[in-house]
Amino acid sequence: MSDNSEFLKILSGKAAGIKIVPTPPGEPSAMVDKGSIRETLDHLRYDRDLSFNMLVDLFAVDYMGEEPRFEIVYILRSTKNNARIVVKTRTGDEGIETASDLWPAADFLEREIYDMFGLPFANHPDLRRIYTPDDFEGHPLRKEFPLEGKDFDKPFVVDLEKE
Amino acid sequence: MAETKYMTINMGPQHPATHGVLRVVLELDGETIVSSTPHMGYLHRGIEKIFENRTYWQGLPLTDRLDYTSGMSNNLVYCLAVEKLLGIEIPKRAQYIRVMLSELQRIAAHLLWVSTHALDMGAMTVLFYGFRDRENCLKVLETVAGARLMPDYIRFGGLREELPEGFLGEAKAFIDELPRRIDEYETLLTENVIWKRRLKGVCPLSAEDAIGYGVTGPMLRASGINYDVRKAYPYSSYEDFDFEIPLGTVGDIYDRYLVRLKEMRQSIRIVAQTIEKLPEGPVKADAPEYVPPEKDDVSKDMAALIRHFKIMSDGIKPPKGEAFVSIESSKGELGFYIVSDGSERPYRVRIRPPSFLNLGSISKMIKGSLVADVVAAIGSADIVLGEIDK
Repeated sequence: MSDNSEFLKILSGKAAGIKIVPTPPGEPSAMVDKGSIRETLDHLRYDRDLSFNMLVDLFAVDYMGEEPRFEIVYILRSTKNNARIVVKTRTGDEGIETASDLWPAADFLEREIYDMFGLPFANHPDLRRIYTPDDFEGHPLRKEFPLEGKDFDKPFVVDLEKE
Repeated sequence: MAETKYMTINMGPQHPATHGVLRVVLELDGETIVSSTPHMGYLHRGIEKIFENRTYWQGLPLTDRLDYTSGMSNNLVYCLAVEKLLGIEIPKRAQYIRVMLSELQRIAAHLLWVSTHALDMGAMTVLFYGFRDRENCLKVLETVAGARLMPDYIRFGGLREELPEGFLGEAKAFIDELPRRIDEYETLLTENVIWKRRLKGVCPLSAEDAIGYGVTGPMLRASGINYDVRKAYPYSSYEDFDFEIPLGTVGDIYDRYLVRLKEMRQSIRIVAQTIEKLPEGPVKADAPEYVPPEKDDVSKDMAALIRHFKIMSDGIKPPKGEAFVSIESSKGELGFYIVSDGSERPYRVRIRPPSFLNLGSISKMIKGSLVADVVAAIGSADIVLGEIDK
């Protein structure tokens, strides 16, 4: 593991207001309030010493029954410091603001979350379903969505009139 | 002045050069691409959803169905993530064998890429040479796993069983022969005027864009960024081996080709070192509650049979927690993020597919180039739709 204590010191000094917890995987991890997530990401991206210029991954976890229900996880990487950080935030059905202007990679990843969990991202340039068809109903990775999908055992009839 | 009109052209999903069911809608100004929109999902199987409804053991065969050209690497990253949750230590011998197999798999995947990419560009000869060598490589992998594409040989806690007799000799013979074969491809392609004209300076990706789009693997390194998970976050004892990271300069398709060829040579070096340094010892971790006993013992020993039955039917229960592991697969950084709630089924499995993010940069890459270059650009990204669509 290449996370160095030197960098962690810079990180905790710079990232005012963010509580950095070293998680068991060895990566520093931070839980951020939804209201300040945008500000935090902006800071992590553009701060000259931190410069987390790469979005490694962005995904959601559905904790059904908890409030707020969804956890959004950003895994960021700084090529300059050779360091990774995990930033998490919680949100309900209303979604959060986009990060695609900070990292273009977020464009596809947010569309995936929108498709799979139904969480909208405000100010996203092109928020459409990415995997499932446009007229698909439901969001497959939500916990209440059945594994087989809906109506999977009914015959598939093509309505030529409607087509 | 005449009004400028753009033409919209649909490419795919049934198109041989998109390497699967990818559809790209191109907006053209004459022959030049103004904008493009990739559409995917034709192969979406909901693997992340299926993971949540299977035990950890049952999840293993799902991983080879992602990137079906590098099954060993996919098995490896899933096993590493689960092992991180379980907190078990893998014996050195098993770690070295894992490195050896995933490097052989990388060679096979890159050979497939060189062959098919050359075919896309109209150089058919390379396909026959490349597939001959890929076949030899798959034969070597088949002797350990019994399967060519879906190995499932790497298991939680180590390997399924000890290497078969004569395997090391076969692997050695293969990598001894391969450098000469790579020289052959180089004589066919590297200085070939048509090849160079077709690829040099085509669809370059600047270092800044590559990082911004989250591009990883040979594509990122062709843009000159020295990032390889094997060096940055060594896993499975990669730090014990001596190898270099080939880098490109301008990030065009020709650079990506050169980087992949050089990577194969480095993989040969790593495989040679693993064979040379391979330590003696067990290939399974000493963790009876998670690792099933030897198959031979199951038919002789009652206690072993019970243990095997318990692990396979009850499943393993990692403690509550989260683990993120990423490895360098042949396409780029392949990551698994597993959330465990302490039960026998993962609460959430997130797969970070390298091809998906590499594809995200396609629109940027092909903007302003010609229609014929789209085929070259998609080919050079080395995408596998099984991984993109999950």
